[in-house]
Amino acid sequence: MSAFLTYLLNGLAVGCAIALIASGLVVIHRVTGVVNFAQGTFAVVAGLCTSSLLGLGFPHGASEVAAVLAATVAGLLTGLAAIGKPGVTPLSALIVTLGVGVLAYAVEIVLWGDQPRSAPGLAGAVTVAGARVQTQYLLVIGVTALTFVALALFFGRTYLGKALTACASNPYAARVVGIDTRRMGLLAFALGGLLGGIAGVLVTPLRPISFDTDVTLIVNGFAAAVFGALTRPVITLAGALLLGVAETMAAGYGYGSHQLEIALGLMLIVMIVQAGRRTTISEEPA
Amino acid sequence: MIEVRDLVVSYGTATALEHVSLDVAKGEMVALLGPNGAGKSTLANTLAGLLRPASGTVGVGGRLALIPEGRQLFPDLSVADNLVLGGWRSGERDPSFVYELLPRLAEVARRPARVLSGGEQQMVAFGRAMMSRPSVLVVDELSLGLAPRVITDLAGHLAALNRSQGLTVLLIEQNARLAFELCGRAYVLESGRVVAEGDCADLADDPKVAGAYLGGAIT
Repeated sequence: MSAFLTYLLNGLAVGCAIALIASGLVVIHRVTGVVNFAQGTFAVVAGLCTSSLLGLGFPHGASEVAAVLAATVAGLLTGLAAIGKPGVTPLSALIVTLGVGVLAYAVEIVLWGDQPRSAPGLAGAVTVAGARVQTQYLLVIGVTALTFVALALFFGRTYLGKALTACASNPYAARVVGIDTRRMGLLAFALGGLLGGIAGVLVTPLRPISFDTDVTLIVNGFAAAVFGALTRPVITLAGALLLGVAETMAAGYGYGSHQLEIALGLMLIVMIVQAGRRTTISEEPA
Repeated sequence: MIEVRDLVVSYGTATALEHVSLDVAKGEMVALLGPNGAGKSTLANTLAGLLRPASGTVGVGGRLALIPEGRQLFPDLSVADNLVLGGWRSGERDPSFVYELLPRLAEVARRPARVLSGGEQQMVAFGRAMMSRPSVLVVDELSLGLAPRVITDLAGHLAALNRSQGLTVLLIEQNARLAFELCGRAYVLESGRVVAEGDCADLADDPKVAGAYLGGAIT
């Protein structure tokens, strides 16, 4: 039972990291219509930056914040490459984000080499209802919860957040009232970078990060985002937590090498179900 | 207030407006009539700066607000948020003057725009445009799909704002009867060209215009 609880809490933490990646995908997709395949890269950039900064002797806190800022800048640059030119279709922009991801590999290998790097996180473990859990896992859950509350407040309460929602809700009307939808799209990309960066900083102490870790991250994040139809943050969060728990349980009970397959399998099932549902809707008589 | 000269607008190879010229003086209310596909909404979007002319010029003195065809609200946002976002350009963040003008909106302020009736949605579109504190208002299809009572109501507000605040209005309508009632002058647009223009009284007497837009009822 205590093993189960440990797996559950660990799984929730993994799910939280997935949720951060996925929410970045959702924010960008809602505002710009672009599926950003460079989303995992932002986490990798932040993870590698943290490891370097801590290695250089910078203190905790400052290193993590700087790493998240670096990921935010990476998000903005990806946005400029993908939607910077007016009139780019979401599909071409998607291809550009794939290209950015590959380019990032080269940059990361030049800067950090191709070996996995880790970073020290919160040391120690605590006992929760008889289950031993690493403190870092609890930190991941806590920071993610705070991030989601901040996101909800930003989109629900602030003028800028409402303007972003307006772009997602009706881009034409947003332009009618004078909102620069391209600039809002860039802001969404920067926000995606920020969210990916937070995920990277949180995850690096738990599993070492290398230049190609983005594949695992984006597959998991995309699976959760597809669960929320790429538009619904709350369902995305639920999907991510489910995925994290399912993977950790599988690993815990002896199927550790099949974690990615579980994410891919779940994603395929969700996509098939949703495609079926969409066809049913479109086949309904007008 | 609005000065359009020799305007050409195309979508790819298709030309939507061909050498259109049009004037609306400060404080004037002018109608733009025409069938579907004549290029009326293209002209509205060009005036609002959402489409770029292929050639010709568009001049607008002062801030222009557009009430787009089909209302085009933000369906997931509340009525209040729809209004407040209308103040993006003007910096106006307090919709209470809109609520005074349209008290019904104060009652539904917290509801998402998508659940409102057509008439209420048009009120929101109207209020959202007013939040930008415009000196020129372009209304694309005020009456489309609305009940006669709602149309009379909104038309009354429009006329009152025109009288009391000198709001310049370009009213794009398929309902020529309503347009002639509200406006002094009108342009008729067909297939991207202005085919008739003048005082509404004269246009109503023109058998071609009357036949096409008033069902030949006025003789």
